[in-house]
Amino acid sequence: MMIQVEQLTKYYDDLCAVDHIDLTVKRGEILGLLGPNGAGKTTTLRMLTGYFLPTSGTIRVKEHSVHERPKQIKQLMGYLPESAPLYHGMFVYDYLNYVANIRGLDRTQKEARIHHLAKLCGLEHIMHRAISELSKGLKQRVGLAHAMMSDPEILVLDEPTSGLDPNQIVEIRDIIREIGREKTVILSTHILPEAEAACDRVVIINKGRIVADGPTELLKQSGRSETTLFVSLKNAPAETAVALLSEIDGVQSVQEQSEASTETLTALKLTCPSDPDPRELVYNAIKKTDWVLMEFRQESKTLETIFQELTKEN
Amino acid sequence: MQQVLHIFRKEFTDYFISPIAYIVIAVFLLITGWFSFSTFFIYNQAELRGFFQLLPFVFSFVIPALTMRLFSEELNVGSYETLLTLPVTTGDIILGKFFAAVAFVAVMLLPTVSYPIFITFLGDLDTGPVLGGYIGALCLGGAFSAVGLFASSLTRNQIIAFIIGMIICFTLAILDQMLIFFPGKIVSVISYLSAHNHFENIAKGIVDSRDLLYFLSVVFIALFATSLVMEEKK
Repeated sequence: MMIQVEQLTKYYDDLCAVDHIDLTVKRGEILGLLGPNGAGKTTTLRMLTGYFLPTSGTIRVKEHSVHERPKQIKQLMGYLPESAPLYHGMFVYDYLNYVANIRGLDRTQKEARIHHLAKLCGLEHIMHRAISELSKGLKQRVGLAHAMMSDPEILVLDEPTSGLDPNQIVEIRDIIREIGREKTVILSTHILPEAEAACDRVVIINKGRIVADGPTELLKQSGRSETTLFVSLKNAPAETAVALLSEIDGVQSVQEQSEASTETLTALKLTCPSDPDPRELVYNAIKKTDWVLMEFRQESKTLETIFQELTKEN
Repeated sequence: MQQVLHIFRKEFTDYFISPIAYIVIAVFLLITGWFSFSTFFIYNQAELRGFFQLLPFVFSFVIPALTMRLFSEELNVGSYETLLTLPVTTGDIILGKFFAAVAFVAVMLLPTVSYPIFITFLGDLDTGPVLGGYIGALCLGGAFSAVGLFASSLTRNQIIAFIIGMIICFTLAILDQMLIFFPGKIVSVISYLSAHNHFENIAKGIVDSRDLLYFLSVVFIALFATSLVMEEKK
């Protein structure tokens, strides 16, 4: 067990930010911490990394407790805070050099490590520019290099892709997946496709409490009792198509989607129970006609909908 | 200890990356130079008393200006979070920053060494008070740096940090001239608290352990208070 969190609680004066959280993270896992704004994601990560002390509860990283040996824990972890706050006046190379010194790397190790990270994070052409001149995406990459300096066993990333453009997001995500092969990675995000794409396991927190915890695949399947099929047909009159498809066993409702339909194309949305699989029956029914099947897809329940259900106001 | 050194080196070079260092050194030399030498030839004495007498007052403005950014800026930008999740303790950070400030004060005093050298050409300079003066100046600079660092830990706003630091330093500097406002019984206590008093003693050329102890105490109390403030933020 890499990280073990028990009954973790944090109060800011009267405000309870994190409320009795239990969490274990295994070695080599990529864990996504999801939640709406102000749910307690950042506070949880800050306690894990030793920036905040918990009001109550324990955190154990390997055999070290955060109360007794914070310095050992900090040595095992690399942390990228939200929006990568770095020293503005420094040059990128000087900054990385400073971090390497504090991390206790010796001279020969240091040069090799800085060089390697510059290559991995794509910093080679900006090593001699001031951090204040960099764009947000570049700063984020410097922050990532900072977090990985000592080749830590655990990497904690707070919203690593916020504010980046789509290309940069893909790049950062690739880097994270690359690191995740051998390291334990914990990342927080409120972008769901990101968690879906990058994480093995997802923990959803809301108002300081864990509301869901499970492997990404399992979480996506949970509570999926009905499914939605989208069908586009050519040369099919809308009324006849609706009538025919409604006849099929198990199809609960058929709606025409007028915004997606054109003169020759009829778009339909079918709601059916997910078990037994309705797709075969629907396809067979269409095959018997002379309509042309232009599109046939199933919408699975995304994390998005699960997230909305779990974090909705009661 | 290694960590203190790394932080010290970073903070010290930071002074010279930004224009702050050069501005502050220029202002310091201009003010002390003008006020101590405008009357130098009128008195016609080969001594540096005028210069050293000014230091407590000039330092109480200049040093808080040097130390105001040390914590405030990091808290404001958020880089303190990054720093604290590296394997360093609050103590390492405070000491590193403190020594960087003191070292900068020493650098700032360096050009003024030309004054005594220059005066030896004009007359017979008593080296005792000059040496004492510089020792006292470093003690005073250390105490005020610690106070300034404390002020900086209190707020994210550098201007507020400067004003708080300046008020405390200036109070320490003028306290012994305000003695008439205090009741007789506590005058000796108040007089002991005055930094000016202790600095004057050392600047006479008498390096007494009591005066050194006073400056060490101020440094210790201010740095300890800083560490309490920073720990509280956790």
